[in-house]
Amino acid sequence: MGMKTDIKLIDEKGMRIDGRRPDQLRPIKIEAGVLKRADGSAYLEWGKNKVLAAVYGPREAHPRHLQDSAKAIVQCRYNMAPFSVSDRKRPGPDRRSVEISKIISEALESVILTELFPRSSIDVFIEVLQANAGTRCAGLTAASVALADAGIPMKDLVVGCAAGKIGDKVVLDLGKEEDNFGQADVPLAIIPRTGEIVLLQMDGDMTQEELFKAIEMAKEASLRIYELQKEALRRRYAIVAEEEKEEIASMEEIKEEEE
Amino acid sequence: MNEEKHNVSRELVLPGEVVDTTGLRPGVGTYAENGVIYAAQLGIKNISKNYVNVFPLNGRYIPRYGDKVIGIITETGATSWLVDINSPYPAPLHVNDVPWKVNFGDTPTYLKVGDTVLVKVDGVDEAKHVRVSMKDQGLRKLSGGNIIEIPASKVPRVIGKGGSMINLLKEYTECRIFVGQNGRIWIDGDVDGIALAIRAIKKIDEEAQTIGLTEKIKEFLEKESKKIRRQ
Repeated sequence: MGMKTDIKLIDEKGMRIDGRRPDQLRPIKIEAGVLKRADGSAYLEWGKNKVLAAVYGPREAHPRHLQDSAKAIVQCRYNMAPFSVSDRKRPGPDRRSVEISKIISEALESVILTELFPRSSIDVFIEVLQANAGTRCAGLTAASVALADAGIPMKDLVVGCAAGKIGDKVVLDLGKEEDNFGQADVPLAIIPRTGEIVLLQMDGDMTQEELFKAIEMAKEASLRIYELQKEALRRRYAIVAEEEKEEIASMEEIKEEEE
Repeated sequence: MNEEKHNVSRELVLPGEVVDTTGLRPGVGTYAENGVIYAAQLGIKNISKNYVNVFPLNGRYIPRYGDKVIGIITETGATSWLVDINSPYPAPLHVNDVPWKVNFGDTPTYLKVGDTVLVKVDGVDEAKHVRVSMKDQGLRKLSGGNIIEIPASKVPRVIGKGGSMINLLKEYTECRIFVGQNGRIWIDGDVDGIALAIRAIKKIDEEAQTIGLTEKIKEFLEKESKKIRRQ
């Protein structure tokens, strides 16, 4: 944020450096249930971001003093792979990833029906394999798909999306260069059904009107991403049905050959 | 098991989706807000009587009073054992709740760490403190046999309507089978029978939501059991 550059982030036609319109998202691909050993999982590609989320639980919370006798605790670990950024990232938690872990777990906790599982822990692991700005929103979006895949009771999915200000204009979903050389970045997460905001941060600065506009843009885009999340989950459970059909077909073929 | 009657409404719902606005009552896996009922988890929507339910496709076993479950001893204390019942909550089994007279500190002579037991859930309080008991008909230490695990949400499929599926499995595999509510299944019999039972249960697990599952499994067992006999 705020680094000096000669690059024009928005050209005369109002297009951005990666050719997107101001209100255009990067392409998003979501796949649910990619890991066998986790209770629930999801893989998400968001432009050049690649994120893997895994969910375990509810399971016994350890150490014991963390247990809450009234509700489950939601523990999240956001982690960036050393190879996820251009300069090698020193592995392990740092100030930034501890912060992101905290805000993501709080955003997820707001939808999970934690009171159903007192004294237990719901663990969410988010691994960023490749980063290109907007990983906290990508991680959160993937995590909520993984939670649904794990069969954890929740009020709704959570969707994250960022908006920001570059070249004095409010735009949606900043890319790496826009994030580095732009004026402001506003990551946001909502509960799509109610429109409630469960995560809101701002890096850089913008006026009140610009902030409201950014929030509106990100909210509207979140609803589009929400559809992709639902589609991914439906596909996952439809695939199960279809694989069965194929399996049976191939088994029958083998049998015929044997005979 | 009203599901069979309501095949029509076997529809996949996701958390937060509206499942009813017609004034039915919220059942399991749902929540109500301003008179509208929403799904609280990913599952299959089902309407029975005047309740809307969402039966989960996934998820951990949550103990309920009266459930018969298969547990594994994880710890022995002076007057109790700690039993892992495949849920987020470990369950103590007190010496008063076993059919033997156990002297103080003598617990390991009866049940050792790693032993499997068939127990019933004898109490769950609001903080989900679970107690299990072995004092009921049929409850015992399980010796021999194999144990496999399936998601607890699919236990009703393995048992079938009025026990139809489980009887089918027992008949064709000639095994003794017990299905715990927590998704652990104990199978004992000859090697081929056990192998077949495991394959059949895996199949049930994978195809849990298909209609006409019992017939399919019957076909499968018929074919496969013939093979075993031939050998």
